[in-house]
Amino acid sequence: MAEFIIKRVLQALLVLLVMTVLVFFGVNVIGNPVYIFASSECDQACLTKIIADLGLDRPVWEQYLVFLGNLLQGDLGNSFTHGIPALSLIFERLPATLELAFAALVLALVIGLPLGMRAGLKPEAFSSRCIMAFSMIGFSLPVFWIGLIMILVFSVQLGWMPSIGRGDTVEVFGTEFSFLTLNGLHHLAMPAFTLSLIMMAMVIRLTRAGMREVLFADYIKFARANGIRERRILSTHVMKNILIPIVTVLGMEFGGVIAFAVVVESIFSWPGVGKMLIDAIGVLDRPLIVAYLIFVVFMFVILNLLVDILYSILDPRVRLGDSPT
Amino acid sequence: MSLTSSVPIVAGSPRDLAKRFMSVPSAVIALAVFLGFCLLGFGAPLIAPQNPYDLRQVDILDSLLPPGSQSFTGMTYWLGTDGQGRDMLSAMLYGIRISLIVGLLSGFLALIFGTMVGLVAAYRRGWVDTLLMRIVDLQLSFPTILVALILLVILGRGVDKIIFALVVVQWAYFARTVRGVALVEGAREYVDAARGLRLGGLRILLGHILPNCLPTMLVVATMQMAMAISLEATLSFLGLGLPPTRPSLGLLIANGFDYLQSGRYWISVLPGLVLLAIIISANVLGDRLRDVLNPRL
Repeated sequence: MAEFIIKRVLQALLVLLVMTVLVFFGVNVIGNPVYIFASSECDQACLTKIIADLGLDRPVWEQYLVFLGNLLQGDLGNSFTHGIPALSLIFERLPATLELAFAALVLALVIGLPLGMRAGLKPEAFSSRCIMAFSMIGFSLPVFWIGLIMILVFSVQLGWMPSIGRGDTVEVFGTEFSFLTLNGLHHLAMPAFTLSLIMMAMVIRLTRAGMREVLFADYIKFARANGIRERRILSTHVMKNILIPIVTVLGMEFGGVIAFAVVVESIFSWPGVGKMLIDAIGVLDRPLIVAYLIFVVFMFVILNLLVDILYSILDPRVRLGDSPT
Repeated sequence: MSLTSSVPIVAGSPRDLAKRFMSVPSAVIALAVFLGFCLLGFGAPLIAPQNPYDLRQVDILDSLLPPGSQSFTGMTYWLGTDGQGRDMLSAMLYGIRISLIVGLLSGFLALIFGTMVGLVAAYRRGWVDTLLMRIVDLQLSFPTILVALILLVILGRGVDKIIFALVVVQWAYFARTVRGVALVEGAREYVDAARGLRLGGLRILLGHILPNCLPTMLVVATMQMAMAISLEATLSFLGLGLPPTRPSLGLLIANGFDYLQSGRYWISVLPGLVLLAIIISANVLGDRLRDVLNPRL
């Protein structure tokens, strides 16, 4: 067990190191950062000074080591536009993104599970076919398009829903949350639903597949023979068994949700890290872009590591054998 | 080796397969829709009423006209105009062209690269296989949109850049699928027979194993193309994909987004509908191909 965890942690560290190399060289070597710092009236002497200040006259590998050293101390530089450390800016914006992502997760489960169960119980029924068609649409349609149409229908045409921002927030432990006020919930509904669609489609498919498998298992037959009510069979015996793969997949997909939040946040002007990234790209706020990329990669590697370790605890085959193919 | 394992994946001649493919109406409709859009897109320079990127043909005074309006010169804008006075019909035709080129080309390049990696991994086995599949696993553990986003943030906008980014996010799917199929195929009698004839490794790989992987590759390629078109539209919508000089459907939708709040729906919604039709038809095609060719995915 310990050997497995150590191996995985080392692997994760290696991936992180490779990613910092890629991001650093990508952002700092391909473009020329001098022209972002320099004003248009800057002459040659001033340019040289900026180059020296930024350390750009030193060899590339030395620049990278300095960058890595700063990174290890949690210093990713100051944002040009905001003038404060990029990392603290990210942590300031993160709660909004996490709130959106968790709301989407909850919606995906609350709507997806019953629909998937229905489709699994009566696969031939018309309603089940509609549910499966809905899940295919959720999979294949671009998220931004769905968000756009929701704004057009519910905000512009009907005027029911707000299309921009978080609405009223309540401060809990120093962070602002929208879901605690009615107005905030009102603002949260459309972006969260849009973001949840892909997960919802996945939950519907997994639940349906799980139902088809579990319903014919012996323990369900015995439960029925024992005279246990159908509702109880579904809610305890069936549910417990289909939830395992769903929880696993959702855990692994959560990183994808954070990535798709970039799209949803920019459509609904939700003030999270994704919107911040797009804004930063618009004004070429390089330290902020690098900080976001490093942060997301870091979060993702950690998430994968945790899922791997949890999995190896739950399923010993993973750590004993090679990866199953 | 059991008898069943030597039954080829695809049963029947191409004509039988085509007949079976055509027996489902939705597949025929999807094929017609997709080919129709290909024709429209690639024929855009011939059939579009105006060249929307030739500034001499575009009149700013005609901007934001609803569908069916007439221009000063008497031309009818059947689908309206956008914020710069471009004819939406023409802009969409050119947009379809760009979207399809990006989707098809990136899918094709990813197919070639991924197939090579998958075949090599399956044929060489051992540490080559382990190393290549570790890389594939790593790649697939990151969400596609995240990888594409990072690449485009670093590389900037451009047709070549988005194609590169889309190839990077897609090749791993092909590599893994092809490796799986090639492993199964490599264990069959005909490969043993070819080895017995002392054919070279490369010849067995390309001449014997590869053709038997084609049905699976076709199914994955169709699905991946739909995904690539959708991803390109998403990235262009965010302002990360194609440059404003080569607007794809995604960029047209993004341009119209600014006018959506004021009720000028046509600039966003019409290219969006075309995008949906392309993506859904490609998905239906892929589904049907999977049923007909029945690869073990």
